[in-house]
Amino acid sequence: MQIYLPIADLPLNVFLLFGMGLAVGFISGMFGIGGGFLMTPLLIFIGVPPAVSVASVASHIAASSFSGAIAYWRKRALDVALALMLLGGGILGTAAGVWLFTKLRALGQLDLVIGLSYVTLLSAVGGLMIYEGAGAILRARRGLPPVLRRPGSHVWFHGLPLKMRFKRSKIYVSAIPVWTIGFLIGFIGAIMGIGGGFLLVPMLIYLLRVPTVTVIGTSMVLTLVTMASATVMHAATNQQVDAVLAFILMVGGVIGAQFGARTGQKMRSERLRLLLGVLVLAVGLRFAYALVIEPDNLYSIRLVESGL
Amino acid sequence: MTRRAAALALAAIGWLGASFGAGEARAEKMVVSLSNHRVAINSNFSGEDLVLFGAIEPSGRGEQLHGKYDVVVTATGPRETYRTRRKARVLGIWVNVDSREFAQVPSYLAVLANRPFVEIANAETLRRLRIGLDNFLLTQRIGPDLADTVRDDPFRVAFVTLENSYGLYRESPEGVTFLTPAVFRAAVALPSQVPVGTYSVDVKLFADGQMVAQTTTSLEVIKAGFEQYIADAARDHGLLYGLATALLALLTGWIASVVFRRD
Repeated sequence: MQIYLPIADLPLNVFLLFGMGLAVGFISGMFGIGGGFLMTPLLIFIGVPPAVSVASVASHIAASSFSGAIAYWRKRALDVALALMLLGGGILGTAAGVWLFTKLRALGQLDLVIGLSYVTLLSAVGGLMIYEGAGAILRARRGLPPVLRRPGSHVWFHGLPLKMRFKRSKIYVSAIPVWTIGFLIGFIGAIMGIGGGFLLVPMLIYLLRVPTVTVIGTSMVLTLVTMASATVMHAATNQQVDAVLAFILMVGGVIGAQFGARTGQKMRSERLRLLLGVLVLAVGLRFAYALVIEPDNLYSIRLVESGL
Repeated sequence: MTRRAAALALAAIGWLGASFGAGEARAEKMVVSLSNHRVAINSNFSGEDLVLFGAIEPSGRGEQLHGKYDVVVTATGPRETYRTRRKARVLGIWVNVDSREFAQVPSYLAVLANRPFVEIANAETLRRLRIGLDNFLLTQRIGPDLADTVRDDPFRVAFVTLENSYGLYRESPEGVTFLTPAVFRAAVALPSQVPVGTYSVDVKLFADGQMVAQTTTSLEVIKAGFEQYIADAARDHGLLYGLATALLALLTGWIASVVFRRD
């Protein structure tokens, strides 16, 4: 059944979109991430203009992270103070990202920047995850105890001023790196149409030493607010949010996430990390491939907006 | 004034010619009608085939139809400005390096005829009347100037090829069929991603390689109902629309967490 998407200006199959929502939702529930890094490229692949994909996926991620955040809130596995501090930086970052997005779209280099960001970010993060996950699995095979804390407990930014205590996470860190991380995630998220959960979770664990109990719930709150505000900002500045598209994806996404979460709970965490690493790296390599091989058609057409 | 006078004079000559039965009288007129003047894009829109019917008649009493006619139908969509970009390899990756702006060109263009254009009229006439994708005026912005380039300009070729692959620019020498020697039909196919706006359909009648009559009709493509509402809201009230979408996301997330709650 085809449905005409009013902003993307093309008809697509409802069941295909719903199925994509389900599949990405399943993965996102399984790994505790938003899944934007999968959904945005998939939408571009089936013909949705990149700008519409990025802007519409933001609201899809907002929906799935809200349902996730509620679940973690019920389990009290959520650090509100830390989330609020991250958010301060996150909203600034999102605004900066939406601004740059608009500029790049006018310059005609948006696709290239999206492509390059995906390649570098996903390949690097995917590679690290595989390395780390494989290491953990090998250690477990040899019967060694898992490494809980990394050696070298003090990094330079732990000495920065404006220290704050986050009770639920039991950490005492400067507000500066917290805001910086929030800003980076918001910025990257707005440009790439990703929630940044797969970046934020490792950053919180390895840089801020946030315990695993609160990390996913806290990350979901940040994702929720940055993506909800990205939706509003993209709608107000670029007018590229397709509510019909977003709604179909959302419904599929929140249902898929429930089943994904159940599957994820049955798997061992290092195996999950390895699997996620492989997935992230694969998407990154797919983008690298698209940039390097010669395109079928060297020419492309874009409508020039009357407003610009 | 002079044009009207000339037209009157021509008409008078035609009438005189016809009444004295002197040789070839060129006084045909066409009546055309579209199957639908208002194409509504709704949620299950997947393109539409419009049919244009036309009848050729003598313009005055006692005149005869010539017998063998050719028809060229040119349908054009609302004018838009497009940027065509060209990629090239820079440091191993493919990057947009060069671009050209096509200013105020039709967003939809279909040229239909009952046989190949070259058989209908000579190249000079085709060029003068801008018949066919090759002869249609596609203005490019080159520096401060607006001009059409030669037809084998790579940007022009790429633009037409791409638009053709989207089904938006097309040319068909079999698009017009004569039902009787004086009645014809033309199929105007609007693809699913057809732009909204006013379309004009220009019909030219040829006899012996010369244009003998011309008429124009128009149609409108509009977004209807819910699609219209969403598109308008997104354009006119971006902020509110964004807030509503974000709220919708929260609501969906909340409902899911209630429905699937397990504890």
